[in-house]
Amino acid sequence: MEPTTKTETLDIEGMTCASCAAFVEKSLTRTPGVQRAVVNFATEKATIDYVPTQASPTSLKEAVVNAGYGVIERVPDTSAAERNAEIDRQKALAYLKLKQRFWVAAGLALLIMPLSMLMLWPALMQQVNMQWLNYSLLLLTLPVLFYSGREFYSSAWNGFKHRAANMDTLIAVGTGAAFLYSLAATIVPGFFMRRGIMPEVYYDTTATIIALILLGKVLELRAKTQTSAAIRALIGLQAKTACVVRPGGQEVDVPIEQVQLGDLIVVRPGEKVATDGLVTEGHSAVDEAMLTGESLPVDKKPGDAVFGATLNKTGSFRFQVTKVGADTMLAQIVKLVEDAQGSRAPIQRLADKVSAIFVPTVVVIAILTFVVWFDLAPVEARLPLALVNFVAVLIIACPCALGLATPTAIMVATGKGAEHGVLIRNAEALEKAHQVNTVLLDKTGTITRGEPAVTDFVPAAGQDATALLELVAAVERQSEHPLAEAVVRYAETQQVAALPATAFRAVEGKGAVATISGQAVLVGNLRLLNEAGVRLTPALEQQAQQLLAQAKTVLYVATEGQAAGLIGVADTVRESSAAAIQRLQAMGIEVVMMTGDNPQTAAQVAGQVGIKRYFAEVLPQDKASKVKELQAEGRTVAMVGDGINDAPALAQADIGLAMGAGTDVAMEAAGITLMRSDLSGVVTAIELSRQTIRTIKQNLFFAFIYNTLGIPVAAGLLYPFFGILLSPMLAAGAMALSSVSVLTNSLRLRSFSHR
Amino acid sequence: MDAPEIIVTLAGLALAAFVVWYFFFSTRQVVSAVSSSGGVQEVAINVKGGYTPDVIEVECGKPVQLHFYRDEENSCSEEVLFPDFSVRRELPAFKTTLVELLPEKVGTYAFTCGMGMLRGSLVVK
Repeated sequence: MEPTTKTETLDIEGMTCASCAAFVEKSLTRTPGVQRAVVNFATEKATIDYVPTQASPTSLKEAVVNAGYGVIERVPDTSAAERNAEIDRQKALAYLKLKQRFWVAAGLALLIMPLSMLMLWPALMQQVNMQWLNYSLLLLTLPVLFYSGREFYSSAWNGFKHRAANMDTLIAVGTGAAFLYSLAATIVPGFFMRRGIMPEVYYDTTATIIALILLGKVLELRAKTQTSAAIRALIGLQAKTACVVRPGGQEVDVPIEQVQLGDLIVVRPGEKVATDGLVTEGHSAVDEAMLTGESLPVDKKPGDAVFGATLNKTGSFRFQVTKVGADTMLAQIVKLVEDAQGSRAPIQRLADKVSAIFVPTVVVIAILTFVVWFDLAPVEARLPLALVNFVAVLIIACPCALGLATPTAIMVATGKGAEHGVLIRNAEALEKAHQVNTVLLDKTGTITRGEPAVTDFVPAAGQDATALLELVAAVERQSEHPLAEAVVRYAETQQVAALPATAFRAVEGKGAVATISGQAVLVGNLRLLNEAGVRLTPALEQQAQQLLAQAKTVLYVATEGQAAGLIGVADTVRESSAAAIQRLQAMGIEVVMMTGDNPQTAAQVAGQVGIKRYFAEVLPQDKASKVKELQAEGRTVAMVGDGINDAPALAQADIGLAMGAGTDVAMEAAGITLMRSDLSGVVTAIELSRQTIRTIKQNLFFAFIYNTLGIPVAAGLLYPFFGILLSPMLAAGAMALSSVSVLTNSLRLRSFSHR
Repeated sequence: MDAPEIIVTLAGLALAAFVVWYFFFSTRQVVSAVSSSGGVQEVAINVKGGYTPDVIEVECGKPVQLHFYRDEENSCSEEVLFPDFSVRRELPAFKTTLVELLPEKVGTYAFTCGMGMLRGSLVVK
């Protein structure tokens, strides 16, 4: 299929007004071979349709340059890949630096802790000069503060300047206060002693908190990189090179970025398909699991579409490139997943509201804690107690877990969905899918294959089935009718011999006639046979009625002027449909079918797959109103469809699921796209959604409960009743664990597998 | 109440009041986007502990290009999110990252860091 025209998009630079755009447009339109050129001034892009034999991308660029403007060379793939590589490099470096800072803090904290505990042994303390010990601890703490913890202070300060407060603010204020108090107690102990206060130091608190928070960050960073592992794996699937067939027939390996539309590419066994295209010659089986989740390889023959990043298994074939770069299926999947990861789930609204006011509120609570302890505690201990509780409140309240709860789960789930061939458009769609209690299936193309297939082959009495099928197939091979294709496919599965046909003639609206091995063979409807004067035997007549009663289309066969058999053709139910519907029903979801067919056919199909409720004779324009009807019953409806005429219904439903083989319009209207034409994707999508929402709820519960219980305990609320105070170091340990546990919980979604 | 208690109480309350005012009620700088020759509205945003500027006014219906320059390595600011536009971008440190949007409805749209702590808003007029 050689395209007559090609489309090229150029990024134009230097246009300053709308007339510049008109000028560039004119220059392009006048270029030989250009059929249409549109220049968009706002987006600075030119879209040109041209005849490839008369014009080329180079001549188009020349036309723009000759008009006095420039063309920005687009290398979207390399720049995207480079950007990702740069981000990965920076992340690896940041992780390394963070680990170094952690080890320094941990090593010094391990020295500082035992030294600080000397005071627990009075006998030992008498032999040590308190002043010298404090100065030694100060010296050991300085690197922890200025090397390991530096980022907390600079970040808190930068945030403060922006009137923004983040988790670093809490850590910086907490550890900073403990350090400054200790510094004062070290340098001017007399000031404290004159007021009856022991000049205690909290260097161990400062160093240990920083070490523990850094430990939490190290674990967090490690886990966070895993949340986007699926999308990185998808990007990594892209082939690096392609074997292009040059006009002279020479095969050359070129980098994927140099592949252009219309190029002919060779794919050998075991190789990745470089980009999207149409097979021109050869046969093979291609593993498309990475795009569709379908584990069985798909047969490819001339005319079939192949997609970049899929894996060629057995044969070798050539294909013509129809899409490159950002237009390929893989790039679109990556973009869709990235977009979904950038969206916010409605469930996060509360967490968002809390996050925005959280840190300043905690700072106020910490200040009030300090004041209350200072005012109510015994005079000799009021300053240390106020300080310790002030620090504990700041450290325990870190909102890290809250901020990570939803996005990490969404990241993992959307990536996981893509792995299973379930593309989730946004977090809202993912969230809505778990509430679904009714699934409305459009029959054709979802439950059924959407294409006719032979269901019954009935030879007349005395006819040899194989011989008859050979004759029928020979006629139908010549025909282009969809029913004829179904017969040919059936004959291929029966592996009958291919006979040559002569004198083929298609009879419009009735069937086809040909001569095979000297016999005149008729295949068509009853009118074709009647007009040829062929009468059905009573047995065939009866069998035909039976097939018609089952809502099947009947093809009649006659040889040598005698009725020879019948063929029943119908849109068949996919093998997986019944099991998937049963699974949905087991999940407590009612499955409803809708179809344009008559009630008889509808009942037949519904019965076959175990559906109890169905709408028959639904006109395409009424599909959306059927969704509304179900919604009016108070149901949360998921609509599954594949065609353009399903788009309004997909959009009307609480959640629309478009089947992959469907149209772009359907995909546009749907919240979820199933890459595989198989209802099991619906089960996967709903199960994934349910599991994700469960994970998010657990995360939010842990994050909220941790802060709502942690802050009052840290503030000393239990002290008057039970004498319990929370050590700031324990608070730091708990805080580090909280975000790590939320992340680990989200990462559990990675083990999601469709049963 | 002795003198230190009175001093600590008054200082504490004043500090708490300052925190509330400073983070929640103080006025913020608003910057309008500049339209380029191509009709694209462009804004350069510095990322360092927050977004400068953090309130950006743009016109409805015209493409917007936001150039985020991340002037730090702190992990808090490594991502920027525009949830209403389904945009999540990683911001490499000391590099400019371009975020392109097409605001089609009048309103105020928040943009935040990955965890929602650093905040800014896009005011579409």
